[in-house]
Amino acid sequence: MHRKVLPGFSLSLGYTLFYLTVLVLLPILACFSKAASLTFEQFWAAVWTERTRAAYLLTFGTSFVAAAANLFLGLLIAWVLVRYRFPGRRVMDSLIDLPLALPTAVGGLVYASLYVKKGWLGRYLVPLGIQAAYSRLAIVLVLVFIGLPFVVRTVQPVLEDLDAETEEAAASLGATRWQVFRRVILPPLFPALVTGFALAFARSLGEYGSVVFVSGNMPYKTEIAPVLIVARLEEFAYGEATAIAVVLLVISFSMLVLINLLERWSKGGEARA
Amino acid sequence: MKRLLLHGAIVAGLLTGGQARANGSLQLLNVSYDPTRELWREINASFIAQYQKEKGVALTIKQSHGGSSSQARAVIDGLEADVVTLASYVDTDAIAQRGLITGDWAKRLPHDSLPYTSTIVFVVRKGNPRGIKDWPDLVKPGVEVITPNPKTSGNGYLGFFSAWGSVVLKGGSRKDALEYVTKLYRQVPVLDSGARGATTTFVQRGIGDVHLAWENDARLEVAEAKGDLDLVYPPISIRAEPHVAVVDANVDRKKTRAAAEAYLKYLYTDAAQEIIAKHFYRPSNEAVLKKHSTSFPSLRLFSIKEIALDFPDAHKQFIGEGGVFDKIYKPR
Repeated sequence: MHRKVLPGFSLSLGYTLFYLTVLVLLPILACFSKAASLTFEQFWAAVWTERTRAAYLLTFGTSFVAAAANLFLGLLIAWVLVRYRFPGRRVMDSLIDLPLALPTAVGGLVYASLYVKKGWLGRYLVPLGIQAAYSRLAIVLVLVFIGLPFVVRTVQPVLEDLDAETEEAAASLGATRWQVFRRVILPPLFPALVTGFALAFARSLGEYGSVVFVSGNMPYKTEIAPVLIVARLEEFAYGEATAIAVVLLVISFSMLVLINLLERWSKGGEARA
Repeated sequence: MKRLLLHGAIVAGLLTGGQARANGSLQLLNVSYDPTRELWREINASFIAQYQKEKGVALTIKQSHGGSSSQARAVIDGLEADVVTLASYVDTDAIAQRGLITGDWAKRLPHDSLPYTSTIVFVVRKGNPRGIKDWPDLVKPGVEVITPNPKTSGNGYLGFFSAWGSVVLKGGSRKDALEYVTKLYRQVPVLDSGARGATTTFVQRGIGDVHLAWENDARLEVAEAKGDLDLVYPPISIRAEPHVAVVDANVDRKKTRAAAEAYLKYLYTDAAQEIIAKHFYRPSNEAVLKKHSTSFPSLRLFSIKEIALDFPDAHKQFIGEGGVFDKIYKPR
């Protein structure tokens, strides 16, 4: 048998399984078993109404748009932080993680007060017809804020390892700037970008604290799925509340699996190339 | 979520339970809703002093505050409350239905276990530029109304019940009432999840012309605005009923029943009723209420029984899944 260089594989695997079970699997199982207390008709009635469908669509839609926006913003910021040296770079670098540390409710409250009619930014935007508080745009904005660190932090280390010389070589061989970006820089970054996107997306799906303060929570328009869960809990309808949670979990999980497959595929493609 | 609450409850249980039987000292946990922090702090101090004098027992009273129904869920999931002083009958009754409070609990203390009541009033901008005096004024074209989501907030559903009652108790039909609340909620630009959020929207963000608030919150809101906001009492509004109850299962296990019962009885003494009035809750003792009549203008406070069988029925009809409130919003 092939011997591992480091000892303790079975011990560490045991701990990993234990932690995963206690921290992740058990709560999710409890969620499923609670939802299973409903009959199929009750379950369906709870999770599949016009209102819940509107909420799922909003939750997944805004999360997707926000994660996509973060893909570009995150790449840009990571690029600037890695490739350029300028005063204040360190401070900027530390600022990136702030959305992770800040209680998200604070983020939501601040965004709302900035973009309302009387807010610092809202007083210029609202006359232009841009409602960036209590609207779908508001949800996207705050989710971009929440998800920003993920893309930056996954792309940054890969970018740092990337040799500028290959770009120079490509340029000296007559590649245009666009070709250099597309053929030389993007391929090695792709898996990291996908991971960052997946993290930002997943983070946004579960976000509640900040969104309730900026969305306005209008049914069919700006009501995210987690708000419906809270509404059902207020009626002491635990089963129905967990039913909606289960639907969110299942959709989220399948999307994350898909994204993982995409990432593996992109890495495989790179290895073949 | 439930798991989270349960863990919180276990931690809280470790912190609060267990120590109850140290000699000569006792600890009670009062689980209440959000805006009552200052009220209970003052009542507790006064009761602790009195109990020490009478029984020679040094009490400590812990307070826990949060959204009323999430507090009820915490108690159901194991938070070791000795007494609950929640915002609505529905929340206390949910605990009773799980067997933690027994029998006809609302009849155990005077005035249906209501040491105080409250209501929903209007807060408007300085000088009341929209001329809002009564419920029909809220649906005048262009008036923006701030009230939290009835599905997630006690302030929210009491506002809804008030609006409904303002129509049907003036002779309007159910259809008129439905028309009125539909119009009203169309003029609500933001449905905050709780009372505090709605206050922030109205006061700090400057959104809306009128805010439907708890009377006690409204008083503080107007006082803190230093002239920027005015209070308007509509001629009719709901009688909010924040019942109090001893959590039987918990006090029997913790052997704190005597102190817990004395604590709730104390709420009906003149001393406690005075504190209640001072914090702008309407004392149930008529004499004390009359003494403070200048700070509690009289209006017709209707009981939930005038528009439904009781609070649980009103919730089912109006707020619950598929109820009247759900019919207001249409997909577009």
